[in-house]
Amino acid sequence: MKELKILAVVVFFTLVTYWGVEPYAHSVMHKHVEFKNFKYEDLKPITAKGDPAKGQALAAACAGCHSIKAAKMPAPMDPVTASATYGVNPPDLSLAGKLLDAKYLAHFLKDPTHTALVAHKFKNKPYPMPPMATDDQSAADLVAYFKSIAPKEVTPKEAYEFACGRCHQMRYAKWTQIGEEPKTKPNIQTKMDEKKLEFEQKLAKYKDHLVKYMGKLPPDLSIIVRARSEEFLKTFVEDPQAQLPGTAMPRVGLNKEGYELVFKRLEEVGDPSKPKREAVGPWVLAYFFVFTILAYLWYKSQWKGLK
Amino acid sequence: MSDRRDFFGKALGAFAGLGALGALYAAKRTWDPLPSVKAAGYTTIDLSQAQENVLYTEMWRGKPIFVLKVPKKDKKAYDDPRLIKVGGEKFFIAIGLCTHLGCIPAYYPDQYKFICACHGGQFNAAGEVLKAPPPSPLVIPPFKVEGKKVVLGETSPEYEKLKEAGLVS
Amino acid sequence: MAHFDPNARPFSHKWLDERLAIDTLKRVLSTEYWIPKNINFLWAMGMILAATFGVLLISGIFLLMYYIPDTKLAFDSVNHTIMGEVGYGWLWRHMHGVAASVVFLIIYIHMFVGIYYGSYKRGRELIWLSGMLLFVSFSAEAFSGYMLPWGQMSYWAGMVITNLFSLGSLDLQGLVEWIRGDYVPGQAFLGRFFMLHVLLMPLIIMALIVLHFGTLRIPHVNNQDGEEIDFEAEAEKWKAGKRKESKVIPFNPVFLSKDVFVMGIYFIFYFYLVFYHFEFAMDPVNFDPADPLKTPPHIYPEWYFLWSYEILRPFPKDPGLLAFGFAQVIFFLLPFLDRSPNVAPASRRKPFRCWFWILLVDMIVLTIMGKVPPIGIYTTIGTIAAWVFILLWVALPFITKMEKPIRGAK
Repeated sequence: MKELKILAVVVFFTLVTYWGVEPYAHSVMHKHVEFKNFKYEDLKPITAKGDPAKGQALAAACAGCHSIKAAKMPAPMDPVTASATYGVNPPDLSLAGKLLDAKYLAHFLKDPTHTALVAHKFKNKPYPMPPMATDDQSAADLVAYFKSIAPKEVTPKEAYEFACGRCHQMRYAKWTQIGEEPKTKPNIQTKMDEKKLEFEQKLAKYKDHLVKYMGKLPPDLSIIVRARSEEFLKTFVEDPQAQLPGTAMPRVGLNKEGYELVFKRLEEVGDPSKPKREAVGPWVLAYFFVFTILAYLWYKSQWKGLK
Repeated sequence: MSDRRDFFGKALGAFAGLGALGALYAAKRTWDPLPSVKAAGYTTIDLSQAQENVLYTEMWRGKPIFVLKVPKKDKKAYDDPRLIKVGGEKFFIAIGLCTHLGCIPAYYPDQYKFICACHGGQFNAAGEVLKAPPPSPLVIPPFKVEGKKVVLGETSPEYEKLKEAGLVS
Repeated sequence: MAHFDPNARPFSHKWLDERLAIDTLKRVLSTEYWIPKNINFLWAMGMILAATFGVLLISGIFLLMYYIPDTKLAFDSVNHTIMGEVGYGWLWRHMHGVAASVVFLIIYIHMFVGIYYGSYKRGRELIWLSGMLLFVSFSAEAFSGYMLPWGQMSYWAGMVITNLFSLGSLDLQGLVEWIRGDYVPGQAFLGRFFMLHVLLMPLIIMALIVLHFGTLRIPHVNNQDGEEIDFEAEAEKWKAGKRKESKVIPFNPVFLSKDVFVMGIYFIFYFYLVFYHFEFAMDPVNFDPADPLKTPPHIYPEWYFLWSYEILRPFPKDPGLLAFGFAQVIFFLLPFLDRSPNVAPASRRKPFRCWFWILLVDMIVLTIMGKVPPIGIYTTIGTIAAWVFILLWVALPFITKMEKPIRGAK
């Protein structure tokens, strides 16, 4: 019928415009980066079989900078002091064995700078973490140890705090680089909240050290899941240099499971309405389907015998 | 024939009304207090340093809260069953808004009473009405005693008992 | 002389009719408002626009309850409070953003239907002009609205568009700063665009809609053949029961029933976008908070401004501004540039038919070129498309003057 032809023309031109403005233009603006599934193909496989007991002995050296809560080893310094020395607060290592790729971790322990892809930033100054494993065997032993102490279940929140939280704030989740914002109450007479101000002062100092170390303040990730595509985020975390050449962000070395937990956290915080949206959508569409059918019946009854 | 047209028109109208109800429900939910507002509804008050007959004012859910370690000299108030026992002492804790029209009454320690500047209402040191126009005593909020601290906003058996006895307001 | 029956029951039909003339209103605006029968579903675009404006107004009301027009708080008031904490806040935000984009798709369809069928001529010039004023008002409303979330695109689009007012070589920096209320887009800027978006533009739009309906009343709605209908005579036929012979139908319920059916289909499409496919309307770039120290690698306006933006780009500074100014104004002149007396669909006006389709394709090309970076072949295509646009309008008086009058409009 004539009206269907007209509709086809309208739909055609609309789709052409949409294609040009969205998928096509965006493909021109953002080059395609291949996703490698967290295989870390540039790193040679480690064939040595790790001994967790030997690894435990070696791991004692880590306690100089890192806490390992799973092994009841506390942090040697508070986060702000640590950041003054190292630029950032060294992470707690309890989750390293579960969330990091084993091959990555072994290489990182042997040569942190190159494995983390930050050699371009540390040409004239030493990387805060020195190599901790001299050969493949000791690296494998350490990895085996970390695997043995890692908890079985990790929440998305814990994964984020371990992998990203020392550099990236998440204000919507009340997460700062030095920990969760404490619950405080202002003095109702002076209206000033001393505890909060103390915390903010510590955070300011930490951020200052972080900026000096990184060159730029790592962005708050509260809503990054809406600000970047899923494709961008996973290729970026897998290989920051591929998406943002020259960036100070290190390759963190997450394995697939680790990344999925981190991404889940990003979605929880950045797109909290997603479950509701997916629940309500089908009902609204179903409603309008029925509405259109009823409208069609009314329309047909009104126009019967008129043409 | 026009009946058929009318029927479909009415059916559509009714279905549209259903949709409007759905939209109204969503609108109602938009007006609801935010979760962060509801979560901020708990305040902890530390009573360990409280001095007798000195009025402390706290804030809870945006409202002023009177905290008074009731003086033993004021026998009538001290024996009032609506007082709250915290760490062996007796405290008067209530929302500091006059039950007449909501002004904040001032405490006069030498007279052991609250006097409201707006219309002259008076309450004793246990919040009972001494002089009109306030129609009822100062309201006791839900509370929970934890050692020498009190958490406002959380209920407890003691609060429930006072409530059932009609003593909270 | 008004007559008031003392025995009429208060609020009864008779009582209300005596005071408000509800029967007359019903006839004039609804049951005896005559629309040609010879129409297609494109005639429903006006009602769809009214409905979408309603959606924007209502979703806007709920957003307004929680939005904070402060540069330090705006972004989080939208992306944290409204999207995460307010009951169904996410729904109003998605509805508002998608509707703001889709409304322009419908506006362009509505405009081009008007151009195609010659619905801007022979008594309908003011309908066209009031419609163009609505287009400009909606554009201002959309631009001011886009500033409000105070994301990267809000800030930088605000910067770029207000910079246009320096008027090229005139270098009116003072004017630019006056418009912004500050040297750069900041609190003053946000406050005034908030005022425009929430109060002034909606009032202007509502007044223009009333005007638009007013200008439509006497000439009546056009029809697929551009036929000049004797509405009184045809109305008599309908009222006499000769519904099949009559060339007209009453707005309510006959035209309305078709309108509502088309609206149903539209809403399926619209809500599908709201729930499942909204990134075209809620660009990821605007989910980065505004940063005056960092320009995004790609700045572009919303899709509906791209054709106009692209006309500015290929030319050097001053000619570009002239071309841009030309593009904003030229559509207003359509009723006066079309020198042909023919009111007929473009399919029956050979030269105009070419003109129409070339214009449509050209505007789509300009739109797409406006989005891609201005490099290499895209600049070439954009320049050609910009020139085609200008030449089309210059040519219009000439090609329409040459049109032979169409015989037998009946």
